[in-house]
Amino acid sequence: MVSLLDIIGPVMVGPSSSHTAGACRLGLLARCLVGGTPDRARVELHGSFARTGEGHGTDKAIVGGLMGFRPDDERIRDALGIAEREGLDYRFEKTTLGEENEVHPNTVRITIERGDRSSVMVGSSLGAGRVLVTEIDGYPVEVTGNYHTIVLVAEDVPGSVARIATILAEDAINIATLRLTRKQRGGDAFMVIEVDEQPDEKVRTDIRALSWVRWAFRLDKVSA
Amino acid sequence: MYHSLADAIRDAEATGTTLAAVALEAERRDQGRPLSEIRDALGRALAVMRGAVSRGLVGDLHSTSGLVGGDAAKLRTGPDGPMAGTPFRDVLARALAVQEVNAAMGVIVAAPTAGGAGVLPAVLTGLADARGIGNDALIDALATAGLIGAIVAQRASLSGAEGGCQAETGAAAGMAAGAGTEMLGGTPSQVGHAVALAQQGTLGLVCDPLGGLVELPCVFRNATGAAIAMAAIEMALAGITFAIPADEVIDTMGEIGRAMDVRYRETAGGGLAATPTGRRLARERLYQIKRTGD
Repeated sequence: MVSLLDIIGPVMVGPSSSHTAGACRLGLLARCLVGGTPDRARVELHGSFARTGEGHGTDKAIVGGLMGFRPDDERIRDALGIAEREGLDYRFEKTTLGEENEVHPNTVRITIERGDRSSVMVGSSLGAGRVLVTEIDGYPVEVTGNYHTIVLVAEDVPGSVARIATILAEDAINIATLRLTRKQRGGDAFMVIEVDEQPDEKVRTDIRALSWVRWAFRLDKVSA
Repeated sequence: MYHSLADAIRDAEATGTTLAAVALEAERRDQGRPLSEIRDALGRALAVMRGAVSRGLVGDLHSTSGLVGGDAAKLRTGPDGPMAGTPFRDVLARALAVQEVNAAMGVIVAAPTAGGAGVLPAVLTGLADARGIGNDALIDALATAGLIGAIVAQRASLSGAEGGCQAETGAAAGMAAGAGTEMLGGTPSQVGHAVALAQQGTLGLVCDPLGGLVELPCVFRNATGAAIAMAAIEMALAGITFAIPADEVIDTMGEIGRAMDVRYRETAGGGLAATPTGRRLARERLYQIKRTGD
């Protein structure tokens, strides 16, 4: 549903809602996968991100997002310098992530490390600052960043949804949407759970501790 | 939110209220947020818009590539033209100002997009300051503008990559024309004519930025977009009507956008971007950005 505040907004650092604000949000989402500002980041830009990204500050916006700057944070302009001072070792590359008609023109693959955690995320900036994460550690997902989101891959066992819903309920977290997909019966099940309240790290570790959960991430709401 | 401006006009007329009021009521209902919260959010957007206008008018900003900057201040300090001393010249200056801030990675409100962000603050704050109109009325005007933009988003597009510049600065001109008309006392029906008059004047406008950067012609398109909005406000308030309803003009914009060759949709493959000078400047400036880095 279109909101007045989507049209009169977002408040953002220019110059492009897709190449700057959206890029920043993808950096913010990637950062969640390692629980904070990474020590090292390899950023592979595809399509229009690769072609015109530098002129739009896409590099600064992604690095700013990785450091936790939101799209309206003026420090984005100096993000590359700040990253160097704060010890975020970043590297940009241009790449092709697939055929032009299959991969969105504004797509990035971000590989990050922080301490003993590392992760790979693929996401696209869809226009007007909206984003979509399409892959985490090789698993296909759909995360918009419009809600706080928990993503997990689990063995397809009976009662899995109920168990996870209980963990969320214990922390008074309300589920907005839940999508469960699996490729085959008994195969891996993907769960993308959008929630109204921000879950803390304990929720993720509780879910991760379940024997049938392969991995679980929590991603912050990054929209306005 | 409304899908048709005609429906919103009918509801406003039936209850003897403004389009701003019906838009705010629809937003309250759709999003489940209290009116005060919606008005506060619009008020914060207004403050950012004002900040961008003031920052850009200083005249010391330059874009990353160096292609644009410093022109807003020329309308303040440069020699007089035929519009000297009128709100019109001030509105042009403000449109350039916001877009120069945007190109220099300053903070703006994407309304409806970053590339078209200069038109609405220029027209609304320019007219409000000239007439001594306060923030409450400006917040109402932003609600009306949001309503118009939401209708364009649903019926056509607000993306240059999808619909060309007519969907960005064109839509911004329609939003500013309608909102400005209501802010200056126009009826809901006059708002409809203002939107149609502005939007018809931008039909077919392509998105052809040099090197794909939101700089040239984007900065100037915001000034000419604001000029079209001002012309539409002047005509609508004078009682001029446009025979094709706003909804149908917006549909036409969508149709033209869908038929537009990909060269004219933000790819820098056609239009001004593909001229000999456009190509040369883009090559030089992109090289410059790479060389200087941060």
